[in-house]
Amino acid sequence: MDAELIKILTKGLTIALGGMIPAWAIGNIVGKAMEAIGRNPEASDKVFVPMLLGAAFAEAIAIYALVVVFVL
Amino acid sequence: MVPLAAETIAHIGSFAVTNSLLNAWIAAVILIVGAGILRLTVKARPGKFQNVIEMLFEFLLKTFDSVTHDRARSKKFFPLVTTLFLFILLSNWLGQMPGTGSIGVWEYMHGELELIPLFRPATADLNLTLALGLFSILSTHVAGIATLGFFRHGNKFIQIGSLLKSLKKGPVAIMTACVEFAAGLIETAGEVARAISLSLRLFGNIFAGEVLITVMLSLAAFVVPLPFQALELLVGVIQATVFSLLVLVFLTLATEKPHGEHAEASAGEHH
Repeated sequence: MDAELIKILTKGLTIALGGMIPAWAIGNIVGKAMEAIGRNPEASDKVFVPMLLGAAFAEAIAIYALVVVFVL
Repeated sequence: MVPLAAETIAHIGSFAVTNSLLNAWIAAVILIVGAGILRLTVKARPGKFQNVIEMLFEFLLKTFDSVTHDRARSKKFFPLVTTLFLFILLSNWLGQMPGTGSIGVWEYMHGELELIPLFRPATADLNLTLALGLFSILSTHVAGIATLGFFRHGNKFIQIGSLLKSLKKGPVAIMTACVEFAAGLIETAGEVARAISLSLRLFGNIFAGEVLITVMLSLAAFVVPLPFQALELLVGVIQATVFSLLVLVFLTLATEKPHGEHAEASAGEHH
């Protein structure tokens, strides 16, 4: 269990967890947007932009994890 | 492997010019020349280039309207947000041009022979995205101060004004004002988070795309990297859209009147 091994394990674990949870979050956001569009197809223009913004915020967290992996 | 920091390719005096900086200059020159050509050849019956740009601008203005719900503010913020959009889009797409990342000089770095590319996407450099992010958040504050005045804008973050006003109204209002004061301080920290998240989102996406393409090209030189390069084009558009729309949202929020004012005004009218 030397420092190099722990570093490699941390990198893998960081991107694994840091990718799973934002992916689930984005799936949730877009799923709710799909439901809203399904109930009211005319609202799709109004729903699309906030959905994109929400997904961008969630994806940013995954990017933070990726940057940590690159920096380590 | 693509290094995290952009490599220096030349020096102007003691200023190090990196390959990302070169790409940023190329993108800026393309935008300036395009704008110059448009300005010089603008006609009442538009030619092809002017027609395309007009279509693009109409579409962007309509999209901005759906965010701001206010045509006057859309028009006011249009130059800044569209420039951000076009510059980031161009920088991202220039990163997919043939020759970016592959044309370079072989040099010894850290004891190994490595290729120093001459071109690298401008937005794959954290310096550029950090500068864009800081500039955008700073411009939201400037817009807020210009629209609302220094104290009303500052009151959103350091809520002294509402604290002083609530002193007349009784203990419950004072408690609320204290909680709002703490919320205002958290807002201030949130501003820093916005700048950092804007820059890291753009940098992370484009840099990860560079690494992905490099890895794919090292595995298979033909056909196989094509879907990934198409994905990179799409990611370029999406990230430019997200960055500019987020800046537009922040600008709109910064120029909104503070939330208590409508209630106070209508309460005053009822009396």
